[in-house]
Amino acid sequence: MAAMPHPRGPKPEGVTAGRAGLYAFLAVSAAFFLLPAYVMVVTSLKTMDEIRLGRIFALPAHFDLSAWVTAWSGACTGLTCNGIGAGFWNSVKITVLSVAISVIVGAINGYALSFWRPAGAKLVFGLLMLGAFLPFQIFIYPLVRGFAAIGIADSLAGVVLVHVLFGLPLVTLLFRNYYAAIPVELFKAARVDGAGFWRIFLEVILPMSTPMIVVASIFQTTGIWNDFLFGLIFAGRDNLPMTVQLNNIVNTTTGERFYNVNMAATLLAALVPLVIYFVSGRWFVRGIAAGAVKG
Amino acid sequence: MPSRDPASPAKGRGAGRPRRLRAAVAFATLVPTWIVVLVVYVGTMLWSVQLSVTNSRMLPSSTYVGFEQYRKLFATTRWLISLQNLVIFGVLFIAGCIVVGTLLAIALDRKIRFENAFRTVFLYPYAMSFIVTGLVWQWLMNPELGIQTTMRSLGWTSFTFDWIVNRDLAIYAVVLAGLWQASGLVMVLMLAGLRGVDGEIWRAARVDGIPTWRIYASIVLPQLGPALATAVTLLAMGVVKTYDLVVALTNGGPGSSSEVPAKFIMDNLFGRQNLGLATAASTIMLITVLAILAPYAYAQSMRARRARGGV
Repeated sequence: MAAMPHPRGPKPEGVTAGRAGLYAFLAVSAAFFLLPAYVMVVTSLKTMDEIRLGRIFALPAHFDLSAWVTAWSGACTGLTCNGIGAGFWNSVKITVLSVAISVIVGAINGYALSFWRPAGAKLVFGLLMLGAFLPFQIFIYPLVRGFAAIGIADSLAGVVLVHVLFGLPLVTLLFRNYYAAIPVELFKAARVDGAGFWRIFLEVILPMSTPMIVVASIFQTTGIWNDFLFGLIFAGRDNLPMTVQLNNIVNTTTGERFYNVNMAATLLAALVPLVIYFVSGRWFVRGIAAGAVKG
Repeated sequence: MPSRDPASPAKGRGAGRPRRLRAAVAFATLVPTWIVVLVVYVGTMLWSVQLSVTNSRMLPSSTYVGFEQYRKLFATTRWLISLQNLVIFGVLFIAGCIVVGTLLAIALDRKIRFENAFRTVFLYPYAMSFIVTGLVWQWLMNPELGIQTTMRSLGWTSFTFDWIVNRDLAIYAVVLAGLWQASGLVMVLMLAGLRGVDGEIWRAARVDGIPTWRIYASIVLPQLGPALATAVTLLAMGVVKTYDLVVALTNGGPGSSSEVPAKFIMDNLFGRQNLGLATAASTIMLITVLAILAPYAYAQSMRARRARGGV
């Protein structure tokens, strides 16, 4: 990657017009990408009186954290004013459960598909991949009815299940491709030693899977945390994830709009994926790349 | 679809006859996946398609009405607007992301300082949800408080940036926000492609005295076909699914000027209790996606064949 600060070849000859233009382009682009984040942060620290002046790019006159407090525990969606904190914990519950289950199932699937290849493995994998591409809208109504029939409509179980169901293709793909790169001799040696399906998985394959478990978890966590549609339909009123509550708070049609509170709430909702992005860095990129490169 | 090369050393993994019994365990672990595929994917899809040829309103009905719902669908202005918006949004969003992302990738590839910092800045929006993206840009583009007011207060009194409340321009506001969110993705994919280009090519081209831009245009970029195909496919899948961004940014308005198919379906499914129409619309979406997938699957199989043919 960028590990070579001193590239080989002739020494670059000072500042040329091309280099200046290059940096100008990068600076302008960086400004475009940073602008919304900057505006969000400064707005969340302003009072409503200051916001009404309409200078969104100005720094706040004095730092005022009250909007953050209100966003967390007092912002209103319609008639209830409990802030976005409850939604945060709902999102944590949904994400942790969904990621854990889907990564475990994906790893077992990938292992079975790449090392054992039982009858019909190719077909089920092909259909699974096809399912990953199809628009959710075609599945939604029957799923809502099905979930109601088995008693998990509008529940934590329902929304977790739907995340697992639709996360399965990509997580399975990630593990299958990862296992394809593991030397098959390891697997064969374990077979010769008489180890069975589960023993090989638990004692040989799983200990080697850490990098992919990390990538798949990051990939799934950001995706599920950022989900809106499934939370809206399957979670039910008591388990609404943060994205849904955030939209309800900001796009509420009654009363005055408190932009500082809205911006603070928006930042709170973006916090988890942003922290993952900044902390995991290259792993996050690897997750995107691995998810993007089908096969 | 990725498929194992039959001639690869992986051949014969777990395929021996005496191993039948143990392989049964392997098959058993895939049973839940089989159920997911058959019930959740194929079953629900067939049910949706079946509902689209009935006169279902709030509850499913079994009265067959043929293609009546489809006829009604394509006589619905809102649906036609949503299709038109899907095309406008899709073309501009994909083209915009490709152009911006590729330019950024090339710029970062020019051995610049602070490369990591720039890359971080360009990609961070991709970590955020469409809801957050939509809300941020809604605020920036708010004509009374956002960029427009700021520019006017700076003295440019005729400055207008009211896309979000303008019937003719609202969909372009969605494009702009989408571009901000997803360009970084293209940058990452293209940068990976650029880094994969053989250094010998660069040396040879430089020895021949070919200008840098020509090396990119004629030699390097044409090699990035696979990266480009991946980027376009990912973006295209996002376009068809676009829902949250529009809900957060414009909620389909003003009027229904920034309506998109995914939102049309959701509204008719749950808000307007119009099951038959909604499932007809989602069947149309399904067909559209299959039409996009076909060339992608073809490209994949071509790539697999080329890989098999040896480098």
